[in-house]
Amino acid sequence: MGEIWRDPAVADIAVRTFLVSGVATVFAMLLGVPLGYALGRGRFRGQTMIFAAVNTGMGMPPVVVGLIVWLLLVRSGPFGGLELVYTKTAMVLAQLLIALPIVVGFTAASIQALPPRLPDLLDMLGAGKLERIWLIARQARLGLLAGVMAAFGGIVSEVGASMTVGGNLQGQTRVLTTAIVTETSRGNVDRALALGVVLLLLAFVLNLGLTLLQQKPAKP
Amino acid sequence: MIHIVKKPMTHKWLGLCAALAFACTPEKPQEKPQAPAAGGSIILATTTSTQDSGLLDVVVPLFTKQTGIEVKVIAVGSGAALKMGASGDADVVLSHAPAAEKKLVDSGDLVEGKLVMHNDFVLVGPPADPAGVKASADLDAAMVAIAKSGGFASRGDDSGTHKKELELWSKAGVDPKTVAHREETGQGMGATLHVADEKGLYTLTDRGTYLAQKKTLAGLAVVSEGAPTLLNVYQVYLVSPEKHAKVKAAPGRSFIAFIVSPDVQKIIGEFKKADYGQSLFVADAGKDLATLGLR
Repeated sequence: MGEIWRDPAVADIAVRTFLVSGVATVFAMLLGVPLGYALGRGRFRGQTMIFAAVNTGMGMPPVVVGLIVWLLLVRSGPFGGLELVYTKTAMVLAQLLIALPIVVGFTAASIQALPPRLPDLLDMLGAGKLERIWLIARQARLGLLAGVMAAFGGIVSEVGASMTVGGNLQGQTRVLTTAIVTETSRGNVDRALALGVVLLLLAFVLNLGLTLLQQKPAKP
Repeated sequence: MIHIVKKPMTHKWLGLCAALAFACTPEKPQEKPQAPAAGGSIILATTTSTQDSGLLDVVVPLFTKQTGIEVKVIAVGSGAALKMGASGDADVVLSHAPAAEKKLVDSGDLVEGKLVMHNDFVLVGPPADPAGVKASADLDAAMVAIAKSGGFASRGDDSGTHKKELELWSKAGVDPKTVAHREETGQGMGATLHVADEKGLYTLTDRGTYLAQKKTLAGLAVVSEGAPTLLNVYQVYLVSPEKHAKVKAAPGRSFIAFIVSPDVQKIIGEFKKADYGQSLFVADAGKDLATLGLR
C-alpha cells in the first residue's frame, strides 16, 4: 500500500476528481442558490409541486442522471454532434445535474427558516438590493454551506454517472471512484482501498475548510 | 423533472463549463506525442476482460504515441460493446462473442473484421470438486454434472463470458433456469470469481482474469479446460462508415491495422508471460476461425 503515495498517476486522478466535482459544485451554487432563493422566498402557483420535484431530485440515483446525460450526448443522441460524451465536460454536466437539486433544496429550506419579515426589515434599515441579498445569504449560511458540502460530497463519491458519461478513460476521465472500481475488478484490492483513503482525505480537507467558514461566528 | 428546469440552460452553460473544466486542468503538453500528428480521437468499444487484463494500457498509449490519435477505450460487457457498434456510437469494436458479432456483420453494422488474438475459458470450482466435474467424460457431461449438483456463479451481464456460459448450457442440453443455486452476479469477471470463491460455486472464467487474481482465490481450482468450444476469440471490427455517417473511418482503420501489425502482435503474445509463466493471449492476426478449429 505504501507505493501508492508516490505514484504520480494517483495524484493526477485525485487532482482531476477535485477539479471535476469542484467545477460542478461551483456551477451548482451559481445556478442553485438563486433558484433556491426564488423557491424559498417567492409565492407562486405550483410552488409546492416544484418543492416536491426538487426534493425528489435530491434523492435521484446518480446512475440514472448519468444514463440520461449519456443518451443525450452519445453520438447517436440529440447532442451527439457536440462530441462531448466521454469528456470531463460531460462529467461536470452530469454532476451538476446531480448537485443542483441538493443546492436548491438546502437553499430554499434555509431561506424559509429565516424570519419572514427580514427583507422588509433590511429594506427599512436602508440596505440596497444587492446588499440585502448578501445579508440574507449570510444569515442563511449554515444551511447554504451545508447544501454545498452535501452536493460536493454527493458528486465526489458517486460512481455510476461518472463511469457512464466519462467512460473511465485512463489519464482523461478516470476519477477516484471509477479508479476504485477498476482496481477492484482487477483484483488489486489494496490499491482500491488506498484510493478510497485518498478520496476520504480529499473530502475531509474540503469539508474542513467549508465547515470552518460555516461555523465562523457571525458578525452583527 | 429537474431536467425540465435545466434544459434551456444546458446550451448556454455548456461552453462556459467546458472552458472552465479545461482551463483548470493541467493537460501536460510534454506527454503529447511528437510523432506525425494525425490527431483526433476514436472511440473503441471493448470488453471488460481486455481492460482488466491490462493489455490495452500497454497497447493503446503506443498507438497514440505513433499516430497522435487518441483512443477512448470504453470497457463494457461484449453485449453493450456490440450495441455501441450497432448504433454507431463507437468507431472500432474489439469483442469476444463471435456468434453475436456475426449477426452485426450480417446486418452490415460491423465491417472489415480481423482476428486479433485468443485465450481460453476454463471452468473453475471448489478444489474438492463436489459435482465430480473432473471425472466427467467431456465438457457437456461436466455441465450436466454441475447442473445436477448445483452451485454456479453466472456473470449474468450479457458479456462475452456470459454468452459463452449460456452456449455451454445449451450445448449440454441444460436449461440454465433449472440449475439449482445458479446465481447471476451482474458484475465483471473479477467480482464474479470472488463470489464463486466465497460461496463455493463453480464458474466460467477467461484464463487471463483467473491467472491475474489466482493468488486471492484460494477456494477455486481449474476443473475443466482444453475443449475447443472453450476458446475465447477476440476480433476487431470497424463500425460501418456507410451505415453510420459519424464513424471516423480513417483513424479507426489505422487502429485496426496497428493492432494486427507484427510488432503489436508480438507484444500481445508476450504480454504478462514473465508474471504468470504462460502468456495470457495467443496472437492470431492473419488466421481465421477455421484455423483455430472453430466453424
